[in-house]
Amino acid sequence: MIPDDVNGGRNANLGRAVVEPEETLRVLEPGQTYASVTDKISAIALAHQHPRSWLIGFITSSTLLMVFCYATAYVLIMGIGVWGNNVPVAWAFDIINFVWWIGIGHAGTLISAVLLLFRQEWRTSINRFAEAMTLFAVACAGLYPILHLGRPWVFYWLMPYPNTFGLWPQFRSPLIWDVFAVSTYATVSFLFWYVGLIPDFAVLRDRSKRPFSQIVYGILAMGWRGSAIHWQRYETAYLLLAGLATPLVVSVHTIVGFDFAVSIVPGWHQTLLPPYFVAGAIFSGFAMVMTLAIPLRSMYGLEDFITLHHLDNMAKVMLATGLMVGYGYLMEVFCAWYSGNQFEWYVTVNRAFGPYALCYWALIACNIFIPQLMCFRSVRHCVPALFVISLIVNIGMWLERFVIIVISLHRDYLPSAWEMYYPSVWDFAQFFGSIGLFFALLFLFVRFIPVISIFELRELVHETEGGHKP
Amino acid sequence: MSGSTSTPPHVYGLLAQFDQPETLRAAASQAYAQGYRRMEAYSPFPIKDMVSVMGHPRSRLPILTLVGGVLGGVTGYVMQYYACVISYPLNVGGRPLNSWPAFIPIIFELTILGAALFTVFGMLGLSGLPMPYHALFNVPEFKRASRDQFFLCIQAADRSFDLLQTREFLNASHALAVYEVPR
Repeated sequence: MIPDDVNGGRNANLGRAVVEPEETLRVLEPGQTYASVTDKISAIALAHQHPRSWLIGFITSSTLLMVFCYATAYVLIMGIGVWGNNVPVAWAFDIINFVWWIGIGHAGTLISAVLLLFRQEWRTSINRFAEAMTLFAVACAGLYPILHLGRPWVFYWLMPYPNTFGLWPQFRSPLIWDVFAVSTYATVSFLFWYVGLIPDFAVLRDRSKRPFSQIVYGILAMGWRGSAIHWQRYETAYLLLAGLATPLVVSVHTIVGFDFAVSIVPGWHQTLLPPYFVAGAIFSGFAMVMTLAIPLRSMYGLEDFITLHHLDNMAKVMLATGLMVGYGYLMEVFCAWYSGNQFEWYVTVNRAFGPYALCYWALIACNIFIPQLMCFRSVRHCVPALFVISLIVNIGMWLERFVIIVISLHRDYLPSAWEMYYPSVWDFAQFFGSIGLFFALLFLFVRFIPVISIFELRELVHETEGGHKP
Repeated sequence: MSGSTSTPPHVYGLLAQFDQPETLRAAASQAYAQGYRRMEAYSPFPIKDMVSVMGHPRSRLPILTLVGGVLGGVTGYVMQYYACVISYPLNVGGRPLNSWPAFIPIIFELTILGAALFTVFGMLGLSGLPMPYHALFNVPEFKRASRDQFFLCIQAADRSFDLLQTREFLNASHALAVYEVPR
């Protein structure tokens, strides 16, 4: 009745040779019942006391969020001149951070949608918080282009609506495509996340003891009763949303790639950019999921649900997408050389040996060389090593955007227009502050919403153990 | 079977509790064979074939998704055509005003947006959600439908429903308990 390992014995035996016997390569540790998974996950959201580690994390990230609010207020009052960007480097931290954040978001959609379509059951334990990560990352991402507008309070001019100017947005510009792509992505990610949450809100409504949370979760659950016909529609809707989100996620980062590729700046004007941006987005997103999952599982004792199997699989996805990104870097150099275009070639040389060479080589080390350690099974099964590698990849992917944006802009066609770019303290305040915003939202999510999809875990229990037997 | 003469008006139906999805499915298919039609199963997670066992029709949701997608895409194209060709024609180097290849990204995004919105609101609308009150919530044990128990409710509105006979039938189908659901 109870299979030794849902992935077949091969993995399990290999896993045992390397790791401690209690943590094998299962999707779900044995001995779980419908009731036990329900109680364990819902208890996190319904607990009266905030765990100490949660309080420390929330206070730290809220402090950073204050930095973000302060920096944003300062930018709104003084204008974007307080940032370091100026012609010729008119795009800098704001666009770097925008692309970085939106790329991070993409892994969430990939895990929840693409892995669902491929029937990868290991996604169950990580899809919920990966989706939340998407949502919060998109929220952080969206703020940057809006602030970069200079007059953010008229951001709605980006939207097509009948107005007294008699003007329309330029629909032939990738920047307007971006507006539609990012707002659609934010909406669909939210719907996907919320639809996934409805049955779990019903769990919290039914298990909560306090009237206030009963009312709040009751409203959020919309009167969900778990009826068979509702489940059928629900599953259909969820699958359809997954099918819609999959091309969407590819299109969003493709359009982000178009922002660069459609321009005529050397180093940007390449057909390679859209696909290689998508691979990079998935790479950085999985790194961020790993960065979040590792502390989360130890903080709440979720090792039974987010197992080494999950970390191992995520490491493999990172390895694969990392190699795609590496191929992208190689092709960039090759195309620059093969084009015979002196400006393209100069950008390549300037990246590797110019004033920002340190960033370039750090990026190569972070994104190409260090992730190769994950080729070794012993590294993939060493949780602290994975955590460090995932942090390094996050940094590397940020540097990648820095290299693409700043180095291309600071020396393009006319040497008389060349200028160095240095970020100001407000750039850094805004950047680290947005990390605070992201984590503050994430900590609130972890505290008040089930971090793992409870009903999908029950399905998994049903498939692997038959439900009630201890 | 006799009519529902013995059913008091304040009864919504009878709710049987099971602890395994398989027993629930067996009970539901027996009930269907007995001629019960207005019934519904409740479970903490979706059960395979549960809907077909009770004779419910297939969901029409995918059609709604298609309609939403087509509407979104058409809106995207019409909006851009109107803006670029009719309302504000702008000659850029003699290129055609109806430059449809440049319109594709927005058409695509709005197709997805329309389809997603129709899917979610269609799913909620067809299911009658949000529904803050439902008679089943009057049964305290029903809370466990979101935890580890499985329920089958035969509604009093069913033509074959009879308070005593239906209760007997449910007891015979290995229900752990049978509750009367007040309205």
